[in-house]
Amino acid sequence: MKKLLEGSRAIAEAVKLCRPQIVAAYPITPQTHIIENLAQMVADGDLAAEFINAESEFAAASIVLGAVAGGSRAFTATASQGLLLMTEVLYNIAGMRLPVVMVCANRAVSAPINIFSDHQDSMTMRDAGWIQLYVESNQEAVDSIIQAYRIAEVCELPVMVCVDGFFLTHTFEPVEIPEQTQVDDFLPPFHFERTLNPSNPFTLGGGSEPDNYLEIRAQQQAALIDAVNVIQAIGADYAKLTGRAYELVDSYFAEQADTVLVVLGSTMGAVREVIDSLREQGQSVGVLRLRCFRPLPAQALVEYLSAAKRIIVIEKAFSAGAGGIVAAEVRAVLQQVGVLIPIDSYIGGLGGRDLKLTIIEDVFHQSSLAKSTADGVFLDLKQPGTATKQE
Amino acid sequence: MDKRDPYRHNVLTSGHRACSGCGEAMAARMVTDLIGANAIYVNATGCLQVFTTHNQQSSWQAPWIHSVFANAAAVASGVEAALRARGDDTPVIVQAGDGGTFDIGLQCLSGMIERGHDILFVCYDNEAYMNTGVQRSSSTPHAVRTTTSPPGRLSEGKHHLKKDVLSIIAAHHMPYAATATVAFFHDLKAKVEKAMTIKGPRFLQILSPCPLGWDHDASLSVSVSRLAVETGLFPLVELENGEVTSVMRLKQQRPVQDYLKLQGRFKHLFNSTSTAETATGNANGAAEIRHLQALADARIRRYELLQAETEWDTVRASQVQRHGRGGYRNTGQEAAS
Ligand SMILES: Cc1ncc(C[n+]2csc(CCOP(=O)(O)OP(=O)(O)O)c2C)c(N)n1
Ligand code: SF4
Repeated sequence: MKKLLEGSRAIAEAVKLCRPQIVAAYPITPQTHIIENLAQMVADGDLAAEFINAESEFAAASIVLGAVAGGSRAFTATASQGLLLMTEVLYNIAGMRLPVVMVCANRAVSAPINIFSDHQDSMTMRDAGWIQLYVESNQEAVDSIIQAYRIAEVCELPVMVCVDGFFLTHTFEPVEIPEQTQVDDFLPPFHFERTLNPSNPFTLGGGSEPDNYLEIRAQQQAALIDAVNVIQAIGADYAKLTGRAYELVDSYFAEQADTVLVVLGSTMGAVREVIDSLREQGQSVGVLRLRCFRPLPAQALVEYLSAAKRIIVIEKAFSAGAGGIVAAEVRAVLQQVGVLIPIDSYIGGLGGRDLKLTIIEDVFHQSSLAKSTADGVFLDLKQPGTATKQE
Repeated sequence: MDKRDPYRHNVLTSGHRACSGCGEAMAARMVTDLIGANAIYVNATGCLQVFTTHNQQSSWQAPWIHSVFANAAAVASGVEAALRARGDDTPVIVQAGDGGTFDIGLQCLSGMIERGHDILFVCYDNEAYMNTGVQRSSSTPHAVRTTTSPPGRLSEGKHHLKKDVLSIIAAHHMPYAATATVAFFHDLKAKVEKAMTIKGPRFLQILSPCPLGWDHDASLSVSVSRLAVETGLFPLVELENGEVTSVMRLKQQRPVQDYLKLQGRFKHLFNSTSTAETATGNANGAAEIRHLQALADARIRRYELLQAETEWDTVRASQVQRHGRGGYRNTGQEAAS
């Protein structure tokens, strides 16, 4: 049965269904409602977990690291500054191959300080060794969290479910929350082979010299690349259970369009509308959403994009001093297989700036805007001579 | 100095966005007006930073910097080192909430004190993470309702005690540390002024009621802060080189209920329907109140607040002759209105 829930509430319900034994968190907007809901569930005895109020995100990440190494399923959530403060521990969790699951309620990073949504926080963690899933809706957030635990525990890799702050976390949408029995069937009880245990002692996080370090990093890379198959297989399993199927990428007319827009996250909803109206006008346009950004689903990108004549990327983050991150990666993937399609790189929606329908539509019309495609053009910039769109 | 009011510097000037009755805004205005504009202010993330610097605007009429949540004491260490390297002895002041002091900022604060930086660290203690919507911090007292320490079927609010940060600070044996609160302006003033005459690391913990998070009427911030002192829950003390050198004597002790009853954050303790099941091992509301009373009594004993040999007591401190309007400077003249 569908329920009308705030995104954060829906996320907390999904976490609860996964039966984590330890929840550790530190408050930061826009993640707060997620952990407040979990705290209430624990206080009411509805979730049999220990809720640990950490003294910083550095500690929160470390607590879930310890909890998983200690043999418990764990959960944390953060955003923005909190995610950045976790950085050292996030790399460490991934390097130790610990199946931690977290939610990043995507938010801009400081300075200047800004609580609103963009993808700079989690994009900055793209090299940390975590699987990253960017969701479009609260339904997808719920379903992805449940899948994330199984993916993490099968692959021994941490998973970050990236949920747009406010746009999703604070928005009420009808959401289907699976039954506990369904989730119990789908997600086996927590098992971690290398649990710290005196009767079968493992060493976690020990040193590695130049003659070994490289191989261990290569194994980590191989595990992430292989995870593409696991994510697909687990997604298919989940679809059998709930009828809701999620792929690595989400296409809306992408495979049959001349011009394909590439986006991540909740922007997809608005883009679908733009695509509908442009297609009604007879234009051959489509959109491809990267649901799974790490591992980068190279094969799927080639499949969906190599027939296009023009690709546009709009992303809510950038690599300062270089340009659009997704644009550069899509370009590299296509170039590797000899496909040379012009790619227009746009950076927009930073710090919660609205990506209005008219702005997105304009991007389809103004192909020459991305003059130097390598850099990325800032959309809706309040300066003369740019793509500023006033209503 | 503000032209409209020769007795105030208005370092933190009007137009900011604090809630009405905000104890932190009140305390920050007192502290910064006493110190003046000839100082450098370093702010941690938190309500004070947010409500004074909204969207490229600023309420600060003195040099002011905010970096991130955890690092204010370390940023200030750098600022102080740079000034002193140039032979500049401009005072450096840190302002942080209790989260930025007791929790995420504690490591940088300890480092700042241990290295002996010439900095005054002011903690506006409103006993929770208010800026993000009232989550518990390690300064939140026992049994308080916050969004991450909610009362529920198995819970009577926060399970853990308020961290005794002053003792942690005292263990650094630094030159000066003190507690103050907005209800006792002259006490606060004396402590700020004293702190400003001392070189080296100094620490001020100012209890700053938050009508939003404490859930009391915005007009009651001063009364609530007075009761925190009069019940013994928040002793006003001074420490020099780690030793207690003065306390504000309680003329008479008020029962903690008088304090708790004004605040929604303790309401569940008085409300029998929300009483947690004793079978789970959680004490019920009445027991929590007794616990809070015992904590107040223990603090009174520890600092000898009832028998201390001092003229400085809760009644006298409220009666001190005000010097000039608002008592900010000892000019002896009234402001022309
Ligand atoms: C690393 C990091 N984690 C979390 C936050 C979110 N955050 C901003 S202010 C704040 C709480 C501030 O609480 P406190 O220091 O007690 O000051 P108050 O707002 O109560 O005055 C939090 C959790 C942040 N900005 N940075
Ligand atoms: S929430 Fe509390 S501390 Fe923050 S501005 Fe409002 S009254 Fe002041």
